[in-house]
Amino acid sequence: MATLLTIDDLRRVLIECAGETDGTDLSGDILDTRFETIGYDSLALMETAARLESRYGVAIPDDVAGRVDTPRELLDLVNGALAEAA
Amino acid sequence: MSILITGVGVVAPNGLGLEPYWAAVLAGRFGLGPVTRFDVSRYPATLAGQIDDFHAPDHVPGRLLPQTDPSTRLALTAAAWALQDAKADPESLTDYDMGVVTANACGGFDFTHREFRKLWTEGPKSVSVYESFAWFYAVNTGQISIRHGMRGPSSALVAEQAGGLDALAHARRTIRRGTPLVVSGGVDSALDPWGWVSQLAGGRVSTATDPARAYLPFDEQAAGYVPGEGGAILVLEDSAAAEARGRHETYGELAGCASTFDPAPGSGRPPGLERAIRLALTDAGLGPEDVDVVFADGAGVPELDAAEARAIGQVFGSHGVPVTVPKTTTGRLYSGGGPLDVVTALMSLREGVIPPTAGVRSVPQEYGIDLVLGESRTAPLRTALVLARGRWGFNSAVVLRRPEPTS
Repeated sequence: MATLLTIDDLRRVLIECAGETDGTDLSGDILDTRFETIGYDSLALMETAARLESRYGVAIPDDVAGRVDTPRELLDLVNGALAEAA
Repeated sequence: MSILITGVGVVAPNGLGLEPYWAAVLAGRFGLGPVTRFDVSRYPATLAGQIDDFHAPDHVPGRLLPQTDPSTRLALTAAAWALQDAKADPESLTDYDMGVVTANACGGFDFTHREFRKLWTEGPKSVSVYESFAWFYAVNTGQISIRHGMRGPSSALVAEQAGGLDALAHARRTIRRGTPLVVSGGVDSALDPWGWVSQLAGGRVSTATDPARAYLPFDEQAAGYVPGEGGAILVLEDSAAAEARGRHETYGELAGCASTFDPAPGSGRPPGLERAIRLALTDAGLGPEDVDVVFADGAGVPELDAAEARAIGQVFGSHGVPVTVPKTTTGRLYSGGGPLDVVTALMSLREGVIPPTAGVRSVPQEYGIDLVLGESRTAPLRTALVLARGRWGFNSAVVLRRPEPTS
């Protein structure tokens, strides 16, 4: 079984790629919070998708990355692909 | 309508913030030293004006750090300080009534250098998506505009060292066209290895190793300039709009602006600097006799110094006006040079004191200029002229006036 991406992994990658938003608590339960609400725009998500690809080998096309609304959706996308590949 | 400067933000190698900078300039304190961002020992030139006490996370929102070059972090900081200084709260003003006009000459060298290294070593997919704008001349204007919610007419100007004054001139034009408040100025930084060799390629960077004797405009021993990083961002406002929001204190008035371009080499026609001076004075409705001090471009290259001395002499007569080049303490800051000189000039007008051209000792007699040497000089000052020249023929001049004393 492939190692799955956790919300903490994703949190780390988000901060690495696009920085921390001042005044937004990323450490809380953000699974279903919209990226827009925590300050990550489409560019931040493209950057995150590129980093996830290089780290986890999961290709997320730019147009798909731009349509993802919440961390849960992104996790499902990555983990679905990882499970498929395993 | 008069155009007032109501706030300033300074990021300079010898002072982070207006007060430390102004104190350093008055004392002739240098912010130059060996480049420490990489091993510069095998390069022909080693001195630069580095801002060493700037810790970006203390000044720039975390979300902006992964997407900004050092030059943009400095510009964002200077812009925030300028707005604070002007007591202008963008949230309480109408977004379309505020614009941003900055100059830039280098772009984001450091950021791009790092991303190019990733491109070569890890492949295109590793290159940051933020490279798409972090390198770009307009990025400072864009980031300042986004951060402060300023949606009025905004632009970016590129004219090497003259661009910063051109930005202020265009800010004035923008205000006259109906945008009451414009954030304007310039900041550059290119002190990574790629930025450094690009600067050296220009052939005018000083190879001297003594910071106090490396950049000597108008000196007998002038042999190039020291590059630096930083600059200044200013808040410019329509006087009526500033008055209406209760802002009565100002640094002074941007009274005249002009830019000219040099004729093609070999044309036999004179360079355009003298014309820029005359046009700026005419624009301000003043004559040479009204100017109390000139902040010269001070290229630090003998033939350029001679040409500038000639232009000043033609307009003001031999030894006709005090001239100074405080930028010997910061190095040449490209787009940041003009706006920082404007801040220095405004402080001079406010305090009635002309800072010295630190480091310069001996000016050739034939230059015929009264260069302020050694120590700062006190004098009643009402009007200042600031000059800047950009490589490949740009000449710009602005005239500043002290605020009228309130009676």
